[in-house]
Amino acid sequence: MSFPRLIPCLDMAHGRVVKGISFEGLRDVGDPVELATHYSNGGADELVLLDIAATPNESTTMLDVVAAVADAITIPFTVGGGIRSVADAAAIIESGADRVSLNSAALATPSLITEIAERFGAQAVVVAIDAGDGVVHTHGGRRPTDRATLPWAHEAAERGAGEILLTSIRQDGQRTGFDLELTASVRALVSIPVIASGGAGNASHVAEALRVTDAALIASIVHENPQGLPGLRREVEALGIKLRPWKELV
Amino acid sequence: MISVAVVDYGAGNTRSVRSALRRLGFDSTLTSDPSELLAAPLVLLPGVGSAKSAMEHLGATGAVTVLRQRFLDGAPLVGICLGMQLALEYLEEDGGVEGLGLVPGTVRRLPQGRVPRLGWQLVTPLDEAFYFAHSYYADTPAATGISDGITAVIEAGAFVGAQFHPEKSGTAGLSYLEQCLSRA
Repeated sequence: MSFPRLIPCLDMAHGRVVKGISFEGLRDVGDPVELATHYSNGGADELVLLDIAATPNESTTMLDVVAAVADAITIPFTVGGGIRSVADAAAIIESGADRVSLNSAALATPSLITEIAERFGAQAVVVAIDAGDGVVHTHGGRRPTDRATLPWAHEAAERGAGEILLTSIRQDGQRTGFDLELTASVRALVSIPVIASGGAGNASHVAEALRVTDAALIASIVHENPQGLPGLRREVEALGIKLRPWKELV
Repeated sequence: MISVAVVDYGAGNTRSVRSALRRLGFDSTLTSDPSELLAAPLVLLPGVGSAKSAMEHLGATGAVTVLRQRFLDGAPLVGICLGMQLALEYLEEDGGVEGLGLVPGTVRRLPQGRVPRLGWQLVTPLDEAFYFAHSYYADTPAATGISDGITAVIEAGAFVGAQFHPEKSGTAGLSYLEQCLSRA
């Protein structure tokens, strides 16, 4: 077994990191390279950069950010938002990202999962699922689709996804804990790793999630107190979760 | 400044490994040109793309012959992830692909657990955790490092390969990469 992973998520818009509460109410919180470096040095096991305001004419902004982050950090990172084709995925990966995350584009064109996996390997494809009331949502969790969550997770894995990033819309931004039941049901259904997302408010929430799945996405819990990542690691370990050996740089 | 030739397979993230080389004080060029690969003091096979497209690309540019020659000459060669796996005789990925054959053994699909195998794992005897992201593993007698029963490091002559990504494994990864480059 791999060590369970703590994955800070940087929500981005127009080249800056922003913070979202239930996917709405954005405010600028900082420079992506600075924050990514901070978390890389602070014991993050991996990072996710999510462009939540991706528009086609701004894709070069994101590629510049990806390249700058790749040069600045020494841990893997996933980039999502606005990736609609193999060419989009290739541009992100060639700019230095390890993995791409697909959301609505995978729903619209499920064969995209397979095409990217065949070219870059399954480990390079994350399928992000925004789940609520048993169905998958698009548009940052605001618009329900008629796809049931569990069958879609299964299909994504069958089509070659290397990991599922599962966000509970109900829990996202609430800081009352992850949706453990949802996470456990998806994980039981697929044989690829699953990242739990949405709801981390304290170390106990994170520890609970890591007892049922492979990784936990964390956002506001560390963004509001970036010094807090090494502290969060210690607290999670004190709750009996063994994280990878890591030495704090002094 | 020593320059490392990073082998270009035509796909994937080579930026991160070149960035790691820069941190360690090495210059690098991305190339599949046979004469450059033959002349370079150090050659690095990065861990990107798929086995079949990588071997096809290397075959088409003439890099396969040169890499085999380098190995026979005892010239340093470092492989990362897929770049390590390509050194074996045969890879089961993509319906079966002939490898460079520098090291005996076959690359097979991971038989159990969550696949892809993603995340940080301890490596024996390095006694550090490194980042792995793979669906296939090297079944070889040349393994000198193991993680959870799976080949993590291969050393054979002037070849040294890692299944994990040292360029993505924090400070432990950078020190390991530095060690590989000085050993190779």
